[in-house]
Amino acid sequence: MSLAARNLAIRLGRALILKGVDLTARAGCLTAIIGPNGSGKTTLLRALTGELAATSGQVVLNGRDIAGFRPHELAALRAVLPQQTALSFPFTATEIVRIGLTSHPGRETDRDDLIRAALAAVGLPGHAGRLYQQLSGGEQQRVQLARALAQVWQPLGDDGPRWLLLDEPVSSLDIAHQLTVMRLAADYARRGGGVIAVMHDLNLTAMFADHLLLMHEGRAMGEGTPAEVLTDDLLSRAYGCRLCVNRAPVQGIWLLPQLASV
Amino acid sequence: MVALDARNHRIEGDRRHLGRALSLWLLALLLVLAVFSLGHGASGVSAPAVLLDRLAGRAIAPTDAVVLFDIRLPRLLTGILVGAGLAVSGAIMQGLFRNPLADPGLLGVSAGASLGAISAIVMGGALPAAISAAIGWHLVPLAAFAGSWLAMLTLYGIATRQGRTSVATMLLAGIALAAMIAALSGLIIYRADDEQLRDLTFWGMGSLAGSSWSKLQAAGPVILLALMAAPALARGLNGLALGEAAAAHVGIRVQRIKTGAVLITAAATGAAVAISGGIGFVGIVVPHLLRLIAGPDHRWLLVNSALLGSSVLIVADMISRSIVAPAELPIGIVTAMIGGPFFLWVLLSNRRALDG
Repeated sequence: MSLAARNLAIRLGRALILKGVDLTARAGCLTAIIGPNGSGKTTLLRALTGELAATSGQVVLNGRDIAGFRPHELAALRAVLPQQTALSFPFTATEIVRIGLTSHPGRETDRDDLIRAALAAVGLPGHAGRLYQQLSGGEQQRVQLARALAQVWQPLGDDGPRWLLLDEPVSSLDIAHQLTVMRLAADYARRGGGVIAVMHDLNLTAMFADHLLLMHEGRAMGEGTPAEVLTDDLLSRAYGCRLCVNRAPVQGIWLLPQLASV
Repeated sequence: MVALDARNHRIEGDRRHLGRALSLWLLALLLVLAVFSLGHGASGVSAPAVLLDRLAGRAIAPTDAVVLFDIRLPRLLTGILVGAGLAVSGAIMQGLFRNPLADPGLLGVSAGASLGAISAIVMGGALPAAISAAIGWHLVPLAAFAGSWLAMLTLYGIATRQGRTSVATMLLAGIALAAMIAALSGLIIYRADDEQLRDLTFWGMGSLAGSSWSKLQAAGPVILLALMAAPALARGLNGLALGEAAAAHVGIRVQRIKTGAVLITAAATGAAVAISGGIGFVGIVVPHLLRLIAGPDHRWLLVNSALLGSSVLIVADMISRSIVAPAELPIGIVTAMIGGPFFLWVLLSNRRALDG
């Protein structure tokens, strides 16, 4: 089972943002979409969520064209973590996660259990009663992740895998929480679900991703394993600056997330 | 024991029990105020005494019956429906526009209604005698209701392209439309004579004084239907608080919610304004207070807004009847006197969020 883009083109207004992109993300894998700013990563993710309709080509979710799904069917199969969520009213963390369960068919007690479990999974069990606006940016991001997790809590359902689509999930987190969230995503994939994440941090990407898509000016510049895509040549061309993989500078301070332990 | 268990299992941050408890208190408050309002009036008829007489099967003085059942009761019911309609419309608009200061005026509903009323007051005399005889004094409310719908449908049409309604376009186009409607109203007012000007001014300040069973029969069902449909929007409005995209991601049919919100608001506000004129601030004050107490979850917010909106309007009506008795102050003045400072307080306490 997979979530795939087939020769996908997206036009926003007059600009052609995606110019025929192919991507196959498999369940059981963490797929990362990388690339410079403005290369179309977020637009691709929005198309994969079903939010943007394809101008041409198609998005296929678990074998079915995504345009044919109804909103609640889609909500049962995939959850989305946006880059940032500004909230209009003072909801508590619990109430936010409950909004993620809008299409959940189960009983009220099941929902309560899911809310507790999801907040615990993102490391915020003590923040259930706090108002969203009073949380830090990183905490808000994790509450939103809990909402997405609760929506598709079981990675593998009777009718196929569930999908987590994450738009820069670690952008406002400190390094310890970056690792926590990436482990959570990798674990979701290990248990049979599918994860697609737009990533800016190439180190974390190299560390956690099973499959990579490198975007450049609305096209896929490379797709494959991290070893195949994270090469000096491809990265240098995509990001427009000279990049060297696997070479530690002699001077300056740097640290590797690979050597961190949580 | 069961109640105790439920309390132990409640998740922290789950405020639905507050909304539930609040609804019971508000219902009790509304009932008490309703009885009080029935017994309160220029004629000094005591509602409890008359009701007790009727229950005991004793004869009621005909004048008492008229005062109670043909003057005060329709006025009370009108107040309840108008207050509920305005407060629920406000809560829905705030949810749709994701802004605690939004109100149905943004949809052009109020401007359209007042254009309709002004046209009817100033140009009603030009209608053929047969038509004006058939419509009678219904002309002004009918024109106001038609005007509110015309304005709202125009705006909705402007903001909707390829089956998607842009809330931002609706907001901005609403300002332009309101300006055009005001200009048109000004043109008509320019032709009005002194008596018509007086009628216009008083219509704009709102009043429940003209309440009657026949007006209630016309407007009541419209408001009631809108109120009954409103709870269907609750989950959708909760989702919209996260933004349109996120609402769609959790399985909400966003366009359906937008259309429903616009229709319900236009029906409730249009009918309320038609029978009571311009009554401001209820739609902003009531939902905001309730959010402070039990949180913004629309599943209880909409119900409680209806209950508290009714109570607020009953109290405002009692004030308007008694403050300059035996004359009456237009109720819009009372709600604005209470609502204006409150609006300012909301604005100032949100200042940091607004500036930031």
